[in-house]
Amino acid sequence: MRVYASLIRLRAMLLLQYRAAAFAGMVTQFSFGIVRVMLFEGFYASSTAPQPMPFPYVVSYIWLCQALIGLLPWGGDGEIQELVLSGNVAYELCRPVSLFGLWYSRCIALRTVPTAMRAVPLITVAVWLLPPLYRLALPGSPAAALAFVVSIGGAVLLSAAISNLYNVFLMWTVSGEGLVRLLPPFVTLFSGALIPVSFFPDWLQPLLRFLPFSGVIDLPLRFYIGDLPAAAWLGHLAYQLAWVAVLVVTGRWLVSRGMRRIVVQGG
Amino acid sequence: MPQILVDGLTKTFRVARRRAGFAAALRGVVSREYTEHKALDGVCFTIEPGELVGYIGPNGAGKSTTIKILSGIMVPDGGQCVVMDRVPWRERLQHVARIGVVFGQRCQLMWDLPAADSFDLLRDIYRIPAGVYRRNLDELVDRLALAGLLEIPVRQLSLGQRMRCEIAASLLHAPPLLFLDEPTIGLDAVSKLAVRDFVRQIHREHGVTVILTTHDMDDIEALCQRVILIGRGRILVDGTLADLRRQVTLERRLIIEGLPAASVELDLLGARLAPDNGHRTCIYFDPAQIAPTDLLARITERYQIRDFWVEDQPIEETIARLYAQCGL
Repeated sequence: MRVYASLIRLRAMLLLQYRAAAFAGMVTQFSFGIVRVMLFEGFYASSTAPQPMPFPYVVSYIWLCQALIGLLPWGGDGEIQELVLSGNVAYELCRPVSLFGLWYSRCIALRTVPTAMRAVPLITVAVWLLPPLYRLALPGSPAAALAFVVSIGGAVLLSAAISNLYNVFLMWTVSGEGLVRLLPPFVTLFSGALIPVSFFPDWLQPLLRFLPFSGVIDLPLRFYIGDLPAAAWLGHLAYQLAWVAVLVVTGRWLVSRGMRRIVVQGG
Repeated sequence: MPQILVDGLTKTFRVARRRAGFAAALRGVVSREYTEHKALDGVCFTIEPGELVGYIGPNGAGKSTTIKILSGIMVPDGGQCVVMDRVPWRERLQHVARIGVVFGQRCQLMWDLPAADSFDLLRDIYRIPAGVYRRNLDELVDRLALAGLLEIPVRQLSLGQRMRCEIAASLLHAPPLLFLDEPTIGLDAVSKLAVRDFVRQIHREHGVTVILTTHDMDDIEALCQRVILIGRGRILVDGTLADLRRQVTLERRLIIEGLPAASVELDLLGARLAPDNGHRTCIYFDPAQIAPTDLLARITERYQIRDFWVEDQPIEETIARLYAQCGL
């Protein structure tokens, strides 16, 4: 375990260097957040049908979503792709640590550090500096906050497990580009990052809540805004961890298959 | 049981092949032609603990493929390979814990961080106890003159400094077996000598088995008691450097300073004049036919000379001729 902890710590140290990227990301997410909040405001004002959640809930959902957008499994670790392309992956293979474990810990760092660097300032602004109507509300109760934190933990493990699959597929296609372009639209839509899952048609919601993607964004956010009772945390954590288990087992199996076909090119 | 046993190892790569030009590229969309390249074609050798073996061959001979298989990174198509009682690729994790590898053309240190951070990570990866780690690190810092280098981001080190850090990184866990794949590539003279001295030291003092691949024959001459020559995926020669020399030629050379070759006439059995070399004269001779002292006496009888020395054929030339002999 200690290996993985120091791997994550070291990756985190590296990622903390990217301050400009964090600032740019924050500004972008903030602008998009305003647009999305306004969109929903117009939508609520013009519709007379009952909505799945009250407007302040949606506002909080959007701000949190903008802050935590980096948590989504957008793609794998660019550095691993670089390692595979350059052949330096040879060194990763010479280490007495499972390749899957090495890469999984990298993904955990990749999903948490840049996200935290954007989230902390963005949340600060959204909670205190916006007009009351557009503000990110604080969690309704300590229990809700706790359930949110726990489910964020599950979301990190889950998102890193999905991200790691991109890395693992590098063993089949050298550049890994294909999957990295194919998956994000689905991930964005299915996780609730574009529209909260509760706004999807009733017949589609069970499927989205079953797939792992909603466990990354929609689930923790619903705990935060109080759309889910905090008492239900255990069952939902189990759902996240079950997916983690499935993805990890699949990933490990793929790695062991991939190892057989590895050709490290170059002298 | 030898430390390394390799028997009948084969590995074939499929190489996509097409002619140059647009038409050929279009054809390649529909059907691809592949040729099989036998990187290893029945390689056999054994290595005992504490040996320092030079593994040489021209580019594309199969050196790196062998190293990759021995270090558990690559799975061969056939043949047997046992390293320290383990089949490398079958028990990769246990195997790699006991070997050290330096790929001279690759980088294992994290580019943006000081080497010390990479070292600390390796300590945790290899689960090196704190005391042992401290001791090993101190020794490596001392031997490789790394003091002051470990705190600088790796990207700002010179190639020679970086390579010394790379070598240290591969030895932190004190492995009994070390693979060095072109560790001196691109290094300046001083760094090369430092690396050679270091390899000699750890081999002598810690009894580390070293397998060294290189294109720098001076590395081989300076370090290796035993040389394995691979070409086209087969072992061609396996023996001492002297064996290797003997296989090519027994000729040595007498070089005379201050005597223009054009002015020398030579008709001695077993000696011949090298092509004109300007202000110095070079005579190839076979010591079995004419003793160097006799040769020198005959020369000084007739000519005034300023200085002279006798040497073996340079190792580079020997190897080049050996490659040619083996049809490489």
